[in-house]
Amino acid sequence: MSTANLDPTLNTHGTHAAEHEEEDHRMFGFIVFLLSESVIFLSFFVGYTVYKTNITDWLPAGVEGLEVREPLINTIVLVSSSFVIYFAERFLRNENLWGFRALWLLTMAMGSFFLYGQAVEWMGLPFGFTDGVFGGTFYLLTGFHGLHVMTGVLLQGIMLGRSFLPNNYAGGEFGVEATSLFWHFVDVIWIILFILIYVWQ
Amino acid sequence: MSNASIEAIAAKSGQPFPGAPNNWQRFFTFSTDHKVIGIQYIVTAFVFFLIGGLLAMVMRGELITPEADLVDRTVYNALFTMHGTIMLFMWTFPVLNGLSNYLVPLMIGARDMAFPRLNAAAFWLVPVFGTLLMASFFVPGGPSQSGWWAYPPVSLQNPTGNLINGQVLWLLAVALSGVSSIMGAVNFVTTIFRMRAPGMGWFRMPAFCWTVLSAQMIQLFGLPSLTAGAVMLLLDLTAGTSFFDPARGGDPVLYQHFFWFYSHPAVYVIILPIFGTFSEVFPVYARKPLFGYRFVVVSSVIITVLSAMVWVHHMFASGTPSWMRMLFMFSTMLISVPTGVKVFAWVATVWGGKLRLDTPMLFALGGLVCFLFAGITGVMLGAVPFDIHVNNTYFVVGHFHYVIYGAAVMGVYAAIYHWFPKMTGHMYYEGLGKLHFALTFIGVNLNFFPMHPLGLMGMPRRVASYDPEFAYWNVIASLGGFLLGVSTLPFILNMISSWILGKRAAANPWNAIGLEWLIPSPPPVENFEEIPIVVSGPYGYGSYEPLVANNPAGELNSEHR
Repeated sequence: MSTANLDPTLNTHGTHAAEHEEEDHRMFGFIVFLLSESVIFLSFFVGYTVYKTNITDWLPAGVEGLEVREPLINTIVLVSSSFVIYFAERFLRNENLWGFRALWLLTMAMGSFFLYGQAVEWMGLPFGFTDGVFGGTFYLLTGFHGLHVMTGVLLQGIMLGRSFLPNNYAGGEFGVEATSLFWHFVDVIWIILFILIYVWQ
Repeated sequence: MSNASIEAIAAKSGQPFPGAPNNWQRFFTFSTDHKVIGIQYIVTAFVFFLIGGLLAMVMRGELITPEADLVDRTVYNALFTMHGTIMLFMWTFPVLNGLSNYLVPLMIGARDMAFPRLNAAAFWLVPVFGTLLMASFFVPGGPSQSGWWAYPPVSLQNPTGNLINGQVLWLLAVALSGVSSIMGAVNFVTTIFRMRAPGMGWFRMPAFCWTVLSAQMIQLFGLPSLTAGAVMLLLDLTAGTSFFDPARGGDPVLYQHFFWFYSHPAVYVIILPIFGTFSEVFPVYARKPLFGYRFVVVSSVIITVLSAMVWVHHMFASGTPSWMRMLFMFSTMLISVPTGVKVFAWVATVWGGKLRLDTPMLFALGGLVCFLFAGITGVMLGAVPFDIHVNNTYFVVGHFHYVIYGAAVMGVYAAIYHWFPKMTGHMYYEGLGKLHFALTFIGVNLNFFPMHPLGLMGMPRRVASYDPEFAYWNVIASLGGFLLGVSTLPFILNMISSWILGKRAAANPWNAIGLEWLIPSPPPVENFEEIPIVVSGPYGYGSYEPLVANNPAGELNSEHR
């Protein structure tokens, strides 16, 4: 037995297995990451609840409360986009690439609409980031969530672009599944956030 | 071609497996090999350990006399802040991540971690945030002076008025360290869940891997809480919000909750892999199976769960309501049960064994003694009345230094000596190792025992000057501190000289059982030529069972001594 016949066995077998394994584990790893990420939001929610229940003059002077109508429309759009992205994923699984692209683009449009609505709301508010703990927590929570929405839309853009590469999505695609899962995650976070900030006033 | 013939050749000649690379340059590259990354982690962390240790020795030099004469009070504040931050975020976490990185894939029979590139990226963040933190020595106003807790409102003070100040750099470094730790934790959890060799069921997994899994789970649920608190503190400092500013309606105690919800469990992130090391080392050098293996590994998971429920015991004196203090006193006491199970199991493992007092075993035994002492003072501190009495005194400092130095650092040394032949393919020098142990063990007790009487007498922590009645114990502690500084010299000498000149190590120099000992020292790039099929539990000392089916190296595992 010589060194020469040892190495090829090691390399071909080894690298192939390693690549294959990495493919398999990415979704598991991504779910673990999302679980951890959710604890940041959980911490912010707990902090918000503690502040809201303990601080006596919660609203800054001259602020009546938050307008609910436009954010509610925003919420409905974001929550519906979760269903749209689900069907986009189904199209991809059934190898209907154009159906996937259409619904995927619609999801992106709905996400962008949400971000636009958020920006419009921020512009019209009578209080700022530094106006007491109320202003701080409001912009921190909506802003941190907004960053996640923006990340989601960017990821969706990358995935859409990749769908035009030939044979890229043959046999399922981790990126699409992960982006979709991330979108559902962002959605669930928003529902909790909406209840905490807008419904519970 | 069977694995057995390779084993036989490697064992006979003592030469590394032909596939093992031998160039030192790879330790300075963006390598994705978990073994290279492991050593990169360990060596980088050790450099920071020396820096943190130097800061500690300056502090002990200051405390040798009652007056604040060696350094200015503000410098002293910066010293203890940076000492604590460096030792936790840049020494203990990275060095344990390094050991885990090196060992977990070998122990579970995998070729690498689940995400090799993520692994490398997580490591390379360590020098980045290390440099960031060190840079705070050179900004106007110097480093943060608010202690490693960075409690507001102290941490919200910004006397220089600069945007880039010591506290901001501190927060950025800690946040980056958190990013790195989360990247590592996702990788470890995925690797241990998904990449165990065929036949390695949960209860055939070495205790070390169980403790790494438990520790990394704590990172995953705990760190985000610190991140949330750090983000809010950073915004308070830079953007003018008032989350933690009591003068503007903020709540500084909320920061304490965010901080300790992570930083108490972080103690278990540190100590759990050390528990794992003890569980690996004792059976090898006592030649007996680990006593109560299932109880030992399940107790790690119980510690993980309980660790999330004890954080308020750091805040007994923060105006916490008494019902809450009672609750957290109870949960704190409860955590001594799974820990006690482990200590009992280790004593029972060592009891009546054929002890081999090599350096790893000495460090493990010394670490166990220190841990037992720290555990007893820990239970004392868990009791609310006693804690209120010694709150913010040297008793607390003594307690956690017995944990962090006595148990954790000695455990790290045990692990490094135990796996040094595997990592480098060379044996270390036993005499230097024993000298290192003697200096460390004496140094730890000389340095940290006097802190207990000092605390009981009422000496507060974090002060540069003190009443002359405390001088006696402080001089002894300072001598111990300098001894600990000296103790690193034989270690450094040993590591460097034996890596270059040491005797070649066989695949299994300790006659130990475990997948990592079935492959050559140092292991080849992809670890296992053929993925082993595990057929028995990890600690079959004296049972003469083969560990794996496709690598019948049973004679390596049995007792011939």
